[in-house]
Amino acid sequence: MSSFKYTPENEAKFQEYASRYPKIDSCMLPALWLVQEQEGWVSPEAMVYVAEKVQKSPMQVYEVATFYTMFNLKPIGKHHIELCKTVSCMLMGARELKAYIKETLGLEPGQTSADGLFTFSEVECQGACGDAPMISLNNVYHGKLTKEKLEKIIWECKNDN
Amino acid sequence: MITKIVSKNFDIPNSHKLEVALANGRYSSIDKLFTMKPEEVTAEVTASGLRGKGGGGAACGPKWELMPPVDERPRYLIVNGDESEPGTFKDRQIFQYDPHLLIEGIICTCWAIQANHAYIYIRGEYKFFIDRLNEAIQEAYKAKIIGDTIMDKYDFKVDITVHRGGGAYICGEKSALIESIEGKRGHPRLKPHGKECEWFYGDPATVNNVETISSVPNIVENGAEGYTKYGTPKSPGTMLFAISGPVKNPGVYELQYGNKMIDFLNEVGGGMLDGKKLKAVIPGGTSCPILTAEEVEKAVLDYESMWDIGSTLGTGGMIVIDDSACMVEVAKNIIEFYHHESCGQCTPCREGCGWIDKIIRDIIEGCGSSNDLQTILDVCETMNGKTVCVFAPAVKDIIASIVKKFRSEFDAYIKNNQN
Repeated sequence: MSSFKYTPENEAKFQEYASRYPKIDSCMLPALWLVQEQEGWVSPEAMVYVAEKVQKSPMQVYEVATFYTMFNLKPIGKHHIELCKTVSCMLMGARELKAYIKETLGLEPGQTSADGLFTFSEVECQGACGDAPMISLNNVYHGKLTKEKLEKIIWECKNDN
Repeated sequence: MITKIVSKNFDIPNSHKLEVALANGRYSSIDKLFTMKPEEVTAEVTASGLRGKGGGGAACGPKWELMPPVDERPRYLIVNGDESEPGTFKDRQIFQYDPHLLIEGIICTCWAIQANHAYIYIRGEYKFFIDRLNEAIQEAYKAKIIGDTIMDKYDFKVDITVHRGGGAYICGEKSALIESIEGKRGHPRLKPHGKECEWFYGDPATVNNVETISSVPNIVENGAEGYTKYGTPKSPGTMLFAISGPVKNPGVYELQYGNKMIDFLNEVGGGMLDGKKLKAVIPGGTSCPILTAEEVEKAVLDYESMWDIGSTLGTGGMIVIDDSACMVEVAKNIIEFYHHESCGQCTPCREGCGWIDKIIRDIIEGCGSSNDLQTILDVCETMNGKTVCVFAPAVKDIIASIVKKFRSEFDAYIKNNQN
């Protein structure tokens, strides 16, 4: 038995998902998303819990959770900066933004700041190429970025406590 | 140059709200739809020559005809909104500005293929767009537009469920997408010898792109002739073309097929940013062979013309590259993407992407040799046509085309950048 448990609201959401598919197997991704929305990341305990929910073995949940890159397999900072690095964003200055994040927050891709405030990831195309260069901050897109705009966004994050 | 069919309502304020959508002609095709037999709808779509807008460009009507005759098995429509091809950001405009057009298209398609449940698979990054579409679906359920009856009067059941992906490019491949909805890793399936429909839990299913489905209501309403009057004889209709990179007006614009690419770049895209010169264009997402500036002058935006010049139209998402960009770095960026996104199922793809990535990394780090370019081309050839899906051939298309067309730049880079 695992120590993780859905909140009653998420349990209700899970039951709603379960009613939408011909088989419970399809609830794998929705169930993992609910875990991540609740905890911010997907822990091994939560994977065991999901396995019980979708009637799979923990290993099968693990292989799915590790295949899809959006599931965080370790805790992340309060503000998750995902910088797009693919072609259009690179041409429009994503590398300068990466250097700027390194300079101001001291973070390389994959790192979380010591105060737990920021996690920085480099990600592949986010489908916002017309707004290049862009970041996704906690799943909200910010496009047509310059250093100044990014500075302002980071400042707002720092003062959002 | 711009022709608005799918994007007709995009500029109307609050166009995503049901009330506004209804006032602007959404769901107006439904009454006509239910005067037609399902096979008549399919025949009309076949006659219209509507082609899949997700990249392949396969004819849509013949795809629907692959569904087996109606029996006791459930039937499904699966809408592909994974949209992960770099340079492509068109489906999200439909989610954002006209989700009810998509729902209307789903009703039409479900009637044609006699499916009662539609799943819309959307990439996980599109959280905002998923929420927007879910709101529209809830509105439609509440207004009894969908559900156990259609528009509260037609006896046909359509349920719509949005399925959020988890950030895997390969799930845009239709069989990987179904695997993903079945709760597994997104590994593409082996393809059958003959043509057949897709199978969701062993039951018949059709997979179509979001934009393709959104083009259907117009065909139902105005008939095939209403669609074929646009575009070219073999590529009829319109498509949402996207443009990104160093141009003045990056964005998504709906055009008829058959326009010249250079006119699109200059007139709609606004031309290059000040002081930049056009060097190359990747025409339809990074899976298409690159075009040099001279080839761009000749390129025409329809499937056949693009094939004639050795590339493809793909998703219509053009990435413009200017003369300040180093093609070795562009190639490195693109192969990093594919190396990251290869699902790892087939050895030639999993290892080949890694090898090319390492070879180009060596060149950039100053350890390249003149033999490296031939090695890259050899690896590309080894990857081509030996895998379950078209991911590896796409890698070959783009990487081999960059290396061949910009070979002198690679040679100079290797020569001038030796450690």
